[in-house]
Amino acid sequence: MTSNTSLWKHTKTWFHRWGSPAWFYRTSGLIIPWLWAGFFLLAVPGLFWGLFIAPADYLQGDSYRIIFIHVPSAWQSMLIFAVMAGFALIGMVWRIRVAETLAMCCAPIGAAFTVVTLISGSLWGKPTWGTFWQWDGRMTSELVLLFLYLGVIGLQQAIEEPRRAARAAGLLALVGVVNLPIIHYSVEWWTTLHQGTTVSLLGESSIAPSMLWPLLLMVGAAKFFFAANLLSRTRNTLLVQDREKNWVRETVWGVKQ
Amino acid sequence: MTPTRKRRLKIALFILIGAGSATSLMLYALSDNLLYFQSPSDVVGTVIPEGKRFRLGGLVQPGSVHRDPDSLTVSFVVTDGQQDITVNFNGILPDLFREGQGVIANGSLQASGQFAAREVLAKHDENYMPPEVRDSLK
Repeated sequence: MTSNTSLWKHTKTWFHRWGSPAWFYRTSGLIIPWLWAGFFLLAVPGLFWGLFIAPADYLQGDSYRIIFIHVPSAWQSMLIFAVMAGFALIGMVWRIRVAETLAMCCAPIGAAFTVVTLISGSLWGKPTWGTFWQWDGRMTSELVLLFLYLGVIGLQQAIEEPRRAARAAGLLALVGVVNLPIIHYSVEWWTTLHQGTTVSLLGESSIAPSMLWPLLLMVGAAKFFFAANLLSRTRNTLLVQDREKNWVRETVWGVKQ
Repeated sequence: MTPTRKRRLKIALFILIGAGSATSLMLYALSDNLLYFQSPSDVVGTVIPEGKRFRLGGLVQPGSVHRDPDSLTVSFVVTDGQQDITVNFNGILPDLFREGQGVIANGSLQASGQFAAREVLAKHDENYMPPEVRDSLK
């Protein structure tokens, strides 16, 4: 029991440390190179395996290989929104500035992944379905996700004071979470042009293992890419926000007060 | 957790539940209009006015595809296993158009009960496999 409480206390202090911008800046600076290493370690073999080694599909031939870009970025675009809403909630309840900044820094990265998803899906749709775009449930809800990201970015830009801006935009992020189950279940609730779910976390996936493995590598690579970008963006934003503060002078300029 | 934080958390959860229920009610009310296509069973037996545009989806019945040798006109039967509708189309079919595969035709019903398509899209399923695996499944 006592060891449990002390473990809890340790975890708690560890979390509280992340709330300090100076600590965040230093620690994330140490982690970021490893995240990039993880990204390259997964993305290079994943992409090579997916594009050159994995077999062609019986029906779609080589055009299905867009899956190795499309699916990882689609999942990432949704995951980032959930992460953004999570940080926004923490910022809203505990008023931790690092959490607010993290939430705001999620938005541009998530928007970029959404754009990649929409463009790669469109390029995949033409040779297979015969159309670049249709207003079916999956595509429309993914487009709504892009607009939600743009709304979060726009709202944050419109308010001058950064903490108020983050709180207002965080509220939109929280409300926007309702779109995530819609995107996921759109192919089950309604008839759509987009096919149903291929890769399932529980249960069997309807994709051959020789195609699934490179896909999973790319999915992992997207996670590392996001984490590295998020930490870098947040570091820079904190640096700009705190440019007058002592910790920035000390860590960046080496000035001792 | 301090009372202030508890209150803020409650407000946040309240917002989430409110937005969630509003959206689900809206989607529930609109559910019929959110369907991208209708199956032949949805169409046969209901009164869809002649010339009203809608999308018909199903599988291309094997052996039902007839191409006119002198033009791009093609006709095929779309089935969902229960009902069949004959589709006439004059244009270029997508590459993945195959017998036994999914297809979505955008057009309207004619007086003859046949479907005149203005556009035909191929729908593929969620299965991906190499050709060898496909052959061994047959």
